[in-house]
Order: sequence, then structure tokens, then C-alpha cells
Amino acid sequence: MDLKGRVHKFGNDVNTDYIISGRHKFKTLDMKELAKYVMEDLDPDFYSKIQAGDFIVGGSNFGCGSSREQAPLAIINADISAVIAKSFARIFYRNCINTGLPLIECDTDQIDENDELAIDLQAGVLHNLTKGMDIPITPLPKVMLKILSDGGLVEHFKKYGTFNFD
Amino acid sequence: MSKTIAEKILSRKSGHDVKANDIVIADLDFVMGQDGTSGLAINAFEQMRAAKVFNPERIAMVIDHSAPSPLAGVSALHQQMRKFAGEQKINFYDIGDGVCHQLLPEQGHVVPGNLVIGADSHTCTYGAINVFSTGVGSTDLAAGLVSGKLWFKVPETFKFILNGKLPAGVYSKDLILYLIGDVTADGATYMAAEYTGEVINNLSVEARFTISNMAIEMGAKCGLMEADQKTIDWVKAHSNKTFEAVKADEDAVYARVKEYDVSNLEPQIAKPHTVDNVCPISQVAGTPIQQGVIGTCTNGRIEDLRIAASILQDKKIAKNTRLIVAPSSRQVYLQAIQEGLIQVFVEAGAAVVTPGCGPCVGTHNGVPSDGENVISTANRNFKGRMGNPNAYIYLGSPATVAASVIAGKISDPREYVK
Ligand code: SF4
Repeated sequence: MDLKGRVHKFGNDVNTDYIISGRHKFKTLDMKELAKYVMEDLDPDFYSKIQAGDFIVGGSNFGCGSSREQAPLAIINADISAVIAKSFARIFYRNCINTGLPLIECDTDQIDENDELAIDLQAGVLHNLTKGMDIPITPLPKVMLKILSDGGLVEHFKKYGTFNFD
Repeated sequence: MSKTIAEKILSRKSGHDVKANDIVIADLDFVMGQDGTSGLAINAFEQMRAAKVFNPERIAMVIDHSAPSPLAGVSALHQQMRKFAGEQKINFYDIGDGVCHQLLPEQGHVVPGNLVIGADSHTCTYGAINVFSTGVGSTDLAAGLVSGKLWFKVPETFKFILNGKLPAGVYSKDLILYLIGDVTADGATYMAAEYTGEVINNLSVEARFTISNMAIEMGAKCGLMEADQKTIDWVKAHSNKTFEAVKADEDAVYARVKEYDVSNLEPQIAKPHTVDNVCPISQVAGTPIQQGVIGTCTNGRIEDLRIAASILQDKKIAKNTRLIVAPSSRQVYLQAIQEGLIQVFVEAGAAVVTPGCGPCVGTHNGVPSDGENVISTANRNFKGRMGNPNAYIYLGSPATVAASVIAGKISDPREYVK
């Protein structure tokens, strides 16, 4: 899986209320509609700046806060191809894997707004094309790779009817 | 091998002898969804092509986040939950029954030694009664509904040893705010927190729930305590289920251990816009307040209402200040009526709202205006949390909120507590 796109950079502790506010998440289960409000409280124009395939880049503890799965779903439906951060909050991490949104854990200090990145998930490398440097990424545990490669937990259950990591 | 509480529960439920960082598939004792997360879970359940839930008695759905419904879109979600709950014959709590995290222990669904998931981040609350309970998202919830199982990474444990005696006017809420401020919002990420020591032993079970409830605010997966005689008596008064509590081994291996003496602790306040932005109340006393909130899964229990009412008795809230009180369940509400607490709140000038999440998550029931300051007993003060990114949320104990609405500014409750 190769991903390529531009960076939208955020800071540490981006919580799920910022990703999609509680104001909006209860309104509808239409994720295309919710996607319009992604990151709204941090940057009201964010949605209009996204080009398909772009990356959201954060610092540490990305996705802290509530268990709302609308957070990864809104990101996916805003055509963001992956989230890159130094570390992720636990529930958000699970939710991304389960809904099929790739997460990349690596040092993000050398990644700035509007940088062009190319990511090779198999090889475990992130190329910062703008800066001409490679950044190693932390590999995902086997269980999570299996769920991601099945296309998320729903597809995994469709296939096996229960958990199957053999 | 010596084990922490988390390792013991996950060993028991997975049928393997596990240690921190192992990945296991474990059997769930109870599975919960609320109205913000169940809709997506029901959709996922259907997409998984499942016909029946694994065991209706071990599942509950709760309408608490937007209850009663403020919008047609929310009403549709509620209707979807009612339909699913009826078809699958699961436990169901409708508007006015209360907040999910109050209901699960209060209605006897969860007991010591259990493994529980809830599609709500504060599911860690039941750690106070020795339950490994943790928040998950909707798709995990769907997998739990279908199979009664979930995969877990066995967490390492961060042990907090709490010594000394909390001074008068300082409560378990102040203690947990202090700990979060000290270790920060990601101080225990991916870990189980274990809270021990004489301070915990001396707290009521209700006060302990407040501490475990906020374990997630330091990033923890669960916030565990051992079951002492108080826990066992409390659980037996609420549940007929049999249980086997779990103790940590003396020589269990901890990722981190921190010891505190709380004897000189002041009331604590979390300032906008993060829960770990904590200071002693003296640093922010005098900050004007437009709205106070007493309630939520953190501090809406009968003990909390008693403390707040004892301060508000025969007093009025300040002019141009509002107070919203949301009892955490119907049972708590009834008890508060019987004890005359609701009368105290209403006479003081409060608006008492439906048992449930109240204004906590910004869907209804008291969205603040631009530039306003709110003081709340809730567990989160993120920007926009209460529905307006231009408002400022301070967190404190029920006593602190009560003292602050009387003065119209952040005020130390110790003036009222002899
Ligand atoms: S009271 Fe607040 S924190 Fe608790 S479950 Fe409800 S919305 Fe979440």
C-alpha cells in the first residue's frame, strides 16, 4: 500500500472533540456530511483545504478523548489517506484499525505544513519528498495488520464470523 | 508468575497465562453501548451479517447522551436503538433512566473480577469495583455484540500509592485532578492504572468511582482498585451475581509506581482547555462564573448531591449565574427527592434536568455562550466540549461548584466545610 499526499500539521493532544465536535456527531450517521466539519474547532476552513490523499499529521497523544468512531470515519470521508503522529490515544488507535484508516507512528518533528510525503507501508518507510529525507515508522502488530488488510473489523467478521488471527 | 490486577483478569478471561504486552482474545462479561455510539454499532452488526447477539442478558444499551432528544436526527438514532434492543431482547435504558456508567454498577450488571467493554470512553469507571472495564468504539462494540469476545493488548500497569488523609473540603475529585495534572494527559497511555493506599481504603465506593472514571484522562485503559469489604458490601447490595474479586500479587511487575501524600492537598481546578491543566484553587479563585454544572458520570451520585446541597442549603446562587443539576440516574434522583436535596437546589435557583449526561457533551441542556466561563463537575473541559468552542470550562468537585455559583466566581469550598 503506497500513499502520497500533502501535510496538514497539527499539534499535540488533538482530541476527538476537535476531530469531530459533539455538536455535529449526534446529528447524523451520514459520514460524508460529518466530514465537512472535521477539525472545525481548530481550523474552520480545514475541510475546504483538503485534496484527496492528503495526510493529517499530529504530535503526541493524537485522538485522545471520547470513543466516537465518527472521528476516524469523518477523517476517512474527508479523503485523508492516513494519520501520522508521534503517538496515538488507545481507543482512537483501535477505532482507526477497525474502520480501515492507516495510522503511522513516527517522529513528526521533521514534517511541516504542506510537505509532500510518500509512504510505503510494507517497507515501513516514510519519505519526506519536500525535505528529501526518510523517516522510519513503527511497524503495526500482526493482529492489527490482519484487520487492516481484511479492510477493517466488519470485513474481518464477514469473512470469519468471529475473530481469526491464525 | 506474579501478576497485576489487569494481568489476572485477562488471564482468567482468555484462558491463558498472560503478561503485559501479550495480545489475547478474551471472553466478555458485559457489553454496553450508549446513544452516541450504538447507531454505528448496530449498522456494523448488520453489515457483519449477524442475526443474534451472543447473550442478551450480558448486553445493555442506554439513551443518556442526548436524552430527551433535542433533534429529529437524534430521535431517529434513538428509534433505531429501541428497535434493536426490542428485537434482540437486551437490557435497555431509555431517557431519564440515567448515565450509562451509573446504571451498569447500580443495576448490578457488573461485578468484581469481570471483563467489560463499553462504547464510551469513561467505561473505565467500574475499575473502582475491581472490574477490568474499558472504552471501545462502535465496531469493537459490534464485534462484542456478535461474539462476546474482543482482542486486547494486555496493558502494563501504573501503580498509584496514595497515603495520608484528605483534608475537610477536599474530595476524590480533587485527588484525581491532582494526579492527572501531575502525570499529564498521556502519562498512563496504553496502561492500566491501579490505585491503592489508605486514601482509597478510606473513601466510599461512590467517591472511588470518581477516580476510576477519570483514568482515561491520563490516557489509561482502565483504572483498577482492589475489592475490600466496602466494595463487596456495595456490590452485594446492588447485584445478585456471583463473583470472584482479584488482588494484585505482592511482587507483581509495574511499569511505573508513584507514591503521594495527600494530607495537604488543596481543592484542585482543571483550567481550560485540557484536563491536565490543573492548579490549586487559590490560583484561580475569583474568576467570574456564568454557569455551574453538578452531575455527569463523574460526580452526579447521591453523595455528590448531598455535598453540594449541604453548601447550597438556605443560599441563593449569584445574580446572573446559572446552575444546572443532573442526577446521574433515576434512582439517585428519587433518593435526592426523598432527602430534600432537590428542594434545596430548586430553592437556591438551580435548573434540575433529566438524569443522564446533561450538558456535559454539548448536545443540549445548557450550551454556554461565547466568552462565558463554566465550572463543572464533569471530566472534560476540551474546547467546544459543551457545544461552544468560545466558552471556557473549569473542572472541580461538587463542593467547589456549589461554593462558586453562590459567589458567582470560583470559590474555595473549605469556607463552608467545618
Ligand atoms: S456524563 Fe459526560 S463524560 Fe459521562 S458518559 Fe455522559 S457525556 Fe460522557
